[in-house]
Amino acid sequence: MSDPVPPPIVAPSTTPPLSLHVPEPAVRPGGKPDFSHVRVPEAGTVRRPPLDVAAADIRDLAYTIIRVLNREGRAVGDWAGSLDADGLRRGLRAMIKTRAFDARMLMAQRQGKTSFYMQSTGEEAIACAFQLALEPGDMNFPTYRQQGLLIAQDWPLVDMMCQIFSNEKDRLGGRQLPIMYSARDAGFFSISGNLGTQYVQAVGWAMASAIRGDTRVAAAWIGDGSTAESDFHSALVFASVYRPPVILNIVNNQWAISTSQAIAGGENATFAARAHGYGIPSLRVDGNDYLAVHAAARWAIDRARRNLGPTLIEWVTYRVAAHSTSDDPSKYRPKEESDAWPLGDPVERLKNHLIGIGEWSDERHAQARAEIDQEVLDAAREAERHGTLHTGPKPSAKAMFEGVYKDMPKHLREQRRELGV
Amino acid sequence: MARITMIEAIRDAIDLMMARDDKVVVFGEDVGYFGGVFRCTDGLQRKYGRTRCFDTPISETGIVGVAIGMGAYGLRPVCEIQFADYVYPAYDQIVSEAARLRYRSAGEFTSPLTIRMPCGGGIFGGQTHSQSPEACFTHVSGLKTVIPSNPYDAKGLLISAIEDDDPVIFLEPKRLYNGPFSGHHDQPVVPWSRHPLSEVPDEYYAIELGKAAIRREGAAVTVIAYGTMVHVAEAAAAETGIDAEIIDLRTLIPLDTDTIEQSVRKTGRCVILHEATRTSGFGAELSAQVQERCFHHLEAPILRVTGWDTPYPHAQEWDYFPGPARVGRALKAVMEA
Ligand SMILES: Cc1ncc(C[n+]2csc(CCOP(=O)(O)OP(=O)(O)O)c2C)c(N)n1
Ligand SMILES: [Mg+2]
Repeated sequence: MSDPVPPPIVAPSTTPPLSLHVPEPAVRPGGKPDFSHVRVPEAGTVRRPPLDVAAADIRDLAYTIIRVLNREGRAVGDWAGSLDADGLRRGLRAMIKTRAFDARMLMAQRQGKTSFYMQSTGEEAIACAFQLALEPGDMNFPTYRQQGLLIAQDWPLVDMMCQIFSNEKDRLGGRQLPIMYSARDAGFFSISGNLGTQYVQAVGWAMASAIRGDTRVAAAWIGDGSTAESDFHSALVFASVYRPPVILNIVNNQWAISTSQAIAGGENATFAARAHGYGIPSLRVDGNDYLAVHAAARWAIDRARRNLGPTLIEWVTYRVAAHSTSDDPSKYRPKEESDAWPLGDPVERLKNHLIGIGEWSDERHAQARAEIDQEVLDAAREAERHGTLHTGPKPSAKAMFEGVYKDMPKHLREQRRELGV
Repeated sequence: MARITMIEAIRDAIDLMMARDDKVVVFGEDVGYFGGVFRCTDGLQRKYGRTRCFDTPISETGIVGVAIGMGAYGLRPVCEIQFADYVYPAYDQIVSEAARLRYRSAGEFTSPLTIRMPCGGGIFGGQTHSQSPEACFTHVSGLKTVIPSNPYDAKGLLISAIEDDDPVIFLEPKRLYNGPFSGHHDQPVVPWSRHPLSEVPDEYYAIELGKAAIRREGAAVTVIAYGTMVHVAEAAAAETGIDAEIIDLRTLIPLDTDTIEQSVRKTGRCVILHEATRTSGFGAELSAQVQERCFHHLEAPILRVTGWDTPYPHAQEWDYFPGPARVGRALKAVMEA
């Protein structure tokens, strides 16, 4: 140890020594869950601005939470009414199916049928309602926790499961980590495992749509933790400059593996407020309120489609499950924390609303769940017939060399020969 | 002496250095309270406090950028990139800044950083949890690159890396965290406790950077390896019965060319192993060095056994990984050449 010598500490006597601020969540394991820092306004109290509103006129909307369903399960305020009963039932079924799919695939991972899985428990309303506000042809650039985007549009579960099992019917040829789907026909861009990279790509896709005089819009997706990546900030500056038709979604589920949203900067300002410095209109929305999600998504999508530019939306929610099958959240947060989450459960809230307006019942709910469980189980059986990670038919070793380039160069043909496949 | 895992050896080295030098600060994604997704920094925040061991935002460029600033102030940062596959956002800070600061400021400012990152495959991590990007760093002047293959070396090398006044990329083969790995994925997992190099002294010791180790002495062929491939080489030598001399490089830059040269002059044959993709991999540099120094002693062409030039696939992990069968074939081929 030699050359770098820290400067001597020479504080004038009148100046107290500096100290570093390192944020910590309110509570750790063993403590009593505390969400007093999440200020939840009454449902229906936040105004719905006109589509062509100026960013400067809705700065307050980044510091509140847009909510439609009140404590009694009634839909109230300016943002209510974007869906009829059929639309609401469709959303409910999509959320139930997403949850059932997660449960089944978690079990499959535990049984060794795949290496890895990630659930979206508690966050289902966001992906499901958002997808059902899009039009065919629009393009999502999703994160790994947006399986609801596919499930809500009735994308075949067997197709998703075959990818998870890396089996012979996996359209991605076993190349990708489970759940890193790609489904172009579903407006679902290939998921990268590298956080944040795709946020700015969504902006580019939207710029292309505008360059070509198209009418399609793009949706960028990112987690609270990943907003720290430079790509997030690049996305905002490009979106600000070119005003392309893009919805910049931030799913704030309070956690990024073991670090709380405070480590991503959520302590001093909301994530929605990040748009302000770029002059991009932004909303902060109850992500566990299906009606609020749908209405806000529709507002932002309509703005984009009418060439009114980008919108940033922070969806406030809570990651109920572990980060992934490799994670044990009891090491860093109280076990009961999800029960204390003030925005409740999205499935329960929509169910209660539908029952309240006479469009649903406990019996129908139980029946729907049973049907969906059966559908998911049937899909899993069908997918398993094509193999699971360690048993049954699987993608060939030969296929490993394909698709690196459009045409396989000589050196890869030689390597394939060397492997003897 | 305790028998410990590679994770424990790494933690031990950091712990010791934090205790010896209060300028050592440790940070990265999930590194503080939780102690890292692989638990390499478990307990350090509790022991040294939140300003010496802390969580960072998910920004690799931010992690390395602030490390450079802290280093310029005079601290000795030890930062973690959660997986080597996620280092690319930090590449500019590493290559254009950390690696060149000493040179461009004529020594006024330096970057005494250690940038730790788990690398390599063998855990079904797919293309974003399996890469071996060492050649991206060995190609950059101003960086040192270290990659241990066992707990004993991990501790001694990490201590040297932290003490080093230049930026050190410290690659940790994650498949070795909990036990040695011969590449026989279908055999039961072996714990470190059964391996002699898991015996690690409690106290401080340093292994000089730039010094290779001979893992197996032999007369027939020199095998140059590092990280996980050292164990694969040992398995292949045992299974083929070929009297290979196995060199564990431990440090890629600076490279111990003396040990390599001595060995190849003795054996006259050379096989180079790495998990990383082949083209422009570190094996190409090694092959050039051997050819330049030992041409007249070579009795057969130098062979490389490496990962294929494709992204690391998920389902075909064991077709991709250069296991003992492929290494054994190469050993036989150089012997027959
Ligand atoms: C560039 C990069 N750095 C680190 C990681 C490792 N990693 C995977 S998920 C994750 C946490 C992400 O948290 P957040 O963005 O909040 O999304 P959430 O998991 O909560 O949905 C981290 C650090 C990664 N995948 N990519
Ligand atoms: Mg999160």
